[in-house]
Amino acid sequence: MRRYFSVAGGLAGRLLQSLISNPLLFLPPMLMPLFFFTAFAGGLSAVSNVPGFDYGPGYTSFIFAFVLCQSAAFGGVFSGFTIAADFQFGFGRRLLLATPHRSALVVGYGAVAVIRAAVTIAAVTLTGLIVGMNIGGSGLDLFGMYALAAIINLTGLLFAAGVALRFRSLQATPLMQVPVFLFLFLAPVYVPRELLGGWVHAIAPFNPATHVMETARDLIAGTGTDYLATLGTIVALLAVVTIFMFRGLRQAEAAG
Amino acid sequence: MEAAAIPISARIRERPSIWTQAPELARRSIKRTVRQPAAVIPATVFPLIMLAINSVGLKSATSLPGFPTNSYVTFALGFAFIQAGVFAVIGTGQNLAEDNQGGFFNRLQLTPLHPAALVAGQLAGTVALGLLQAATYISVGLLAGAQIEAGFAGALVMVLLAVCICLAFGSIGLAVGMRVDAPEKVQSLFPLIFVFLFMSSMSLPRNLIQTDWFREVATYNPVSYMIEGLRSLLITGWDGEALALGFGCALGILAIGLYFASTGLKERMART
Repeated sequence: MRRYFSVAGGLAGRLLQSLISNPLLFLPPMLMPLFFFTAFAGGLSAVSNVPGFDYGPGYTSFIFAFVLCQSAAFGGVFSGFTIAADFQFGFGRRLLLATPHRSALVVGYGAVAVIRAAVTIAAVTLTGLIVGMNIGGSGLDLFGMYALAAIINLTGLLFAAGVALRFRSLQATPLMQVPVFLFLFLAPVYVPRELLGGWVHAIAPFNPATHVMETARDLIAGTGTDYLATLGTIVALLAVVTIFMFRGLRQAEAAG
Repeated sequence: MEAAAIPISARIRERPSIWTQAPELARRSIKRTVRQPAAVIPATVFPLIMLAINSVGLKSATSLPGFPTNSYVTFALGFAFIQAGVFAVIGTGQNLAEDNQGGFFNRLQLTPLHPAALVAGQLAGTVALGLLQAATYISVGLLAGAQIEAGFAGALVMVLLAVCICLAFGSIGLAVGMRVDAPEKVQSLFPLIFVFLFMSSMSLPRNLIQTDWFREVATYNPVSYMIEGLRSLLITGWDGEALALGFGCALGILAIGLYFASTGLKERMART
């Protein structure tokens, strides 16, 4: 077990070192959610005046839930990019040779994904508080909200890792990014579900991101929420992407 | 042997004119664009996906008092053209950076190439992609229920403005591509361009933006005027002021981009 975590820790340390020494790799993914937050909360705040829009804490808090999910999910997806790059340039194969328990590698990449997402979410939360985001939820509600974000982060990572380990090339990055992007944007991003129109309104109830976003909004507002149903949905999704990742890992091992 | 017998001054006089050189480089640039479906398809499809999502996600915004139309797809269509411009920055910059990295650019410097031909040629692929995108967005927009208030002539002016916008953004990519030697470095421009894109009147008309500082930023952001120029043809009809501002901003950015691209080219030639 000690050896297992030694491998994961060593890999995470190397990845963190490369992120710190090359801010260009780290800053753009961190800035994107901030841009979305600023642009949507600032540019679309008039949308809260639309008849039927009923969210107590205000539009900034409403958009915060979306940006939280985005930061968490993409924190994981960007670690998938790193896995793909490592395998494309041969480092991943050497890691497979040197590691008895290969899942330790995913744990190492995962640790960095959590750190990346935590830094981005901290920056987004700080920005939100500076621009006057209202929080009605208790400390426990907020803990629940950030725990939810951590699960989304892990789900994003395992999905992207599954794709990266199958393709082992940076050319697969759109396959990691686009589905997650669609997942997020086919949820009630700008307005509550009741105000969505057309086809998005029809498919939103079947999208797990809808339930996660709505739960996060309830937790910020402190209005009470059916969080067990959301937790069940997201844990089921996590189980699916875990299997997907392990099958990808087996393919990478078989490829040598 | 024959070439060696010709005096150097005579060979210089025989240098092909810019009108011969530019089309050759333009043909290469267009072919290169067409042969990269992995670049062309996302650049064309991604703005359509955003249009499809936003047009239903923000449909309720049309019920805000003062919203200029009751069709959000008509309102949002203009933004698709601007998103295409972002891909023009990345595409043009990356192509040039790849030329730098691969040594093609240095080999070109050894030929009697006119610098203006190189710049014009590199932008030809951007124009071709811009035309394809403009035609696609107008067709898909009309199928999705958007209306062009200015009619068929308005649609043609939209295509013209869209090409100007792609050229303007493409010239920024060119200016950056002249100065970097790795395509990945052009990618770092993406967040910066996104700031300009998002801090504009892309989602709501400026008079409906409630947040004061955001409205102020959007007012000084040239992207707002380019979107509003396109949007005027869709919603208002013929609005000379909006069109003049839209074309003015696009051509202004193009002039600035070309200036920095040409200074970058001079620096690169000096280094070579």
